[in-house]
Amino acid sequence: MPKTNPGAPEAVDLTGLRGLLESRPPEARELLPLLRDIQTRYRHLPEEAVRGLSEYLGLPLARVYAVSRFYKSLSRVPKGERLVKVCLGTACHLRGAPALLEALEGKLGLALGETGKDGRFTLESVNCVGACALAPVVMLDDEVHGKLNDESLADLPL
Amino acid sequence: MRFEGPAAVAARREELARKDPDVRTLRVCGGPGCLASGSRELLAALKEAAVASGLDPAKRRISFTGCLGLCERGPLLELDPEGHFLRGVAPSDAAEVVGTALGEGKLVPRLSPNPESPEKESLEFYGPQKRLIMRRFGKIDPESFDDYLATGGYEALVISLFESGPAETLRRVAESGLRGRGGGGFPAGLKWKAMTGAKGTPRYVLANGDEGDPGAFMNRSLMEGDPLAVVEGLTIGAFALGAERGIIYVRNEYPLSVARLEKAIAGARARGLLGENILGTDFSFDLSVTEGGGAFVCGESTALMASIEGREGTPRVKYVRSTEAGLWDKPTVLQNVETWANVPLIAANGPEWFKGIGAKGNPGTKVFSLAGETRNTGLVELPLGTKVGVLVNVVGGGVRKGRRFKAIQSGGPSGGCLPESALELPLDFDHLTEAGAMMGSGGIIVMDDLSCPVDVARYFTGFLAEESCGKCVPCREALPVLREVLSDLTRGSGRKGDTDFLEKQAGLLKETALCGLGQSAANPVLSTIRHFREEYLEHESGYCRSGRCRGLYVPVIDPGACRACGSCQKVCPAGAVGGKKKEKRTVAAGKCVGCGACLKACAFFAIRAERKEHVG
Ligand SMILES: Cc1cc2nc3c(=O)[nH]c(=O)nc-3n(C[C@H](O)[C@H](O)[C@H](O)COP(=O)(O)O)c2cc1C
Ligand code: FES
Repeated sequence: MPKTNPGAPEAVDLTGLRGLLESRPPEARELLPLLRDIQTRYRHLPEEAVRGLSEYLGLPLARVYAVSRFYKSLSRVPKGERLVKVCLGTACHLRGAPALLEALEGKLGLALGETGKDGRFTLESVNCVGACALAPVVMLDDEVHGKLNDESLADLPL
Repeated sequence: MRFEGPAAVAARREELARKDPDVRTLRVCGGPGCLASGSRELLAALKEAAVASGLDPAKRRISFTGCLGLCERGPLLELDPEGHFLRGVAPSDAAEVVGTALGEGKLVPRLSPNPESPEKESLEFYGPQKRLIMRRFGKIDPESFDDYLATGGYEALVISLFESGPAETLRRVAESGLRGRGGGGFPAGLKWKAMTGAKGTPRYVLANGDEGDPGAFMNRSLMEGDPLAVVEGLTIGAFALGAERGIIYVRNEYPLSVARLEKAIAGARARGLLGENILGTDFSFDLSVTEGGGAFVCGESTALMASIEGREGTPRVKYVRSTEAGLWDKPTVLQNVETWANVPLIAANGPEWFKGIGAKGNPGTKVFSLAGETRNTGLVELPLGTKVGVLVNVVGGGVRKGRRFKAIQSGGPSGGCLPESALELPLDFDHLTEAGAMMGSGGIIVMDDLSCPVDVARYFTGFLAEESCGKCVPCREALPVLREVLSDLTRGSGRKGDTDFLEKQAGLLKETALCGLGQSAANPVLSTIRHFREEYLEHESGYCRSGRCRGLYVPVIDPGACRACGSCQKVCPAGAVGGKKKEKRTVAAGKCVGCGACLKACAFFAIRAERKEHVG
């Protein structure tokens, strides 16, 4: 059973939640789309929102938990303001993504999957962003930075 | 806006064809590779320059287009109708490109890879290609419905609805021999026929746009480059199969694909090409997009359906076929998005035409994403049955200068590695499977002598261990064990007998796993052992000849081959390379951190990865 994250600021303003839920019909197949909507809005799945969703769809809380734990894009812990995503796809792997990841972990002081205490960054991985020709690549939010080496890594706005 | 019948579609197409002959369009590649090299900024700069130079926007247009393929040299441009192909275009080139190319239809030679013959087809990268699925990439704005219509869009649906009828449409697809492009290569026609006798409504057609292979982007390029082709394919399929509803399932990481598909669907619906009574007939069909949540296993057919239903995306045992009881237990046909994009071509041109392309038993083309160590990389479409060597050495231009070809990896995590002898192999479903690899989705990675097969096997096994859903025991338990042993081998803690152990465990997994993920998870391991056993045995005793596995080798510079250029010294992060300017260099083994940078940097093959024990 997932616990709420002790460090998570649970004081999330959920006033808009109702409207967000009602933007989709209360059907079981809207479970994943709604979880994604909640994730996008709050950068994680606040406990109260998950409960609200379970009620709205009339689905057992256990099922909502199970689905929210299954998919990697969903998180019970708030993500940082900026997402740093290292591509660990095949082409990037062959062109040095593991070393790049190590360097980024050092630079940000975060292990893969972690969010900094100040909430500024979350370090994640992705698998292929379609820019294999520019491997190895890192995404800062939606921006792709390619052909990274020690020098260009130092130039990233982190 | 609604087309009430086929005549209205034809009339509109004619109207578009009669467009001002004087129109010229700059098409900026909007494929994922070029977007990453800044084509969005380029597009903005070009538009700005066009406004500044006072060109008539109705006659001098600038738009995004689908992936032009040669990602390596991006951002890319194509000038329509001249066909001039420009590469490496920067925002600072905008004024010149707008003035010379867009304004006057002339070539900007310094931006052309081949000014003598400025069409892209003159380049060896494009020479052997046959762009059918990608035929509109470079020719249309993927967000423009009119562009799709003007390039023959919806001709096939009209033929199916008003000439062929459902039975003939199904026959065409069945006889064409079209095989699923999502990896398995199962004949689409067999699946479709299985649905004809099934009971229950509504019936569903689904498109798989999950593209789970971690090193591939051809489905993404299709959904973003020609989304309406997927929509039209599904519509024709639904007509042949009597389906009322369709869903395109798109991978979580592809927001632009979702946006483009949704726009395409809305455009088709507004014109009466989706929804009730399509083109005035009694055929009704509608389509929507569902986004995944980030799980590789959701690409598997039963898991995908579970995910759409709002459950955890885990596979089930296929006692009952999806064509009888699929999504919500209703008859369902699922095909990959590229399979669907082939359907309009077949419905319009017939099975004989389709069989005339590609190889026997493997008709048509396939889109590949070519990555790794070749000189050219990018998105490629070839007739099935093209020799692997043509892909690597002609399209790819061979491996980079000074390196030697070692292997290709095809099919991603379910596929395998093939050695040099594979260059003679025809690239099709059957030959690759026979050789122990797999076509998979079409991801092809070229490995050179600095790529290590053990490391590649560890990479894919690690990926699959992460992605295993844990439902069946063999997959859940065996993958972490395989990963552990492979990690040991690549970290220098391998043991004698590890290779045999891997072979046995991987074989067991193949036979006992519940779904395709586990069943094919053995392929990367088994294929690399089969073709590179010697390198595995070397790893057991702590040596990596590729200079890839850290700590398992020492770089040694051959004084006979060293040209004293110093490039190894420049890249060494540890100061382990000694020697002054114009002197031959040497490596201090004690200082080396084993990053392999010097091996990659040497253009003269002068550095070898030696066994540690052999170095004093
Ligand atoms: C673990 C696993 C992952 C898969 N991922 C994909 C995928 O990303 N895209 C895809 O089209 N098919 C994928 N497949 C194959 C599908 O199960 C299915 O065979 C396919 O979508 C059918 O369409 P096709 O016959 O047109 O290829 C996957 C299969 C397995 C076992
Ligand atoms: S593998 Fe990193 S972009 Fe494709």
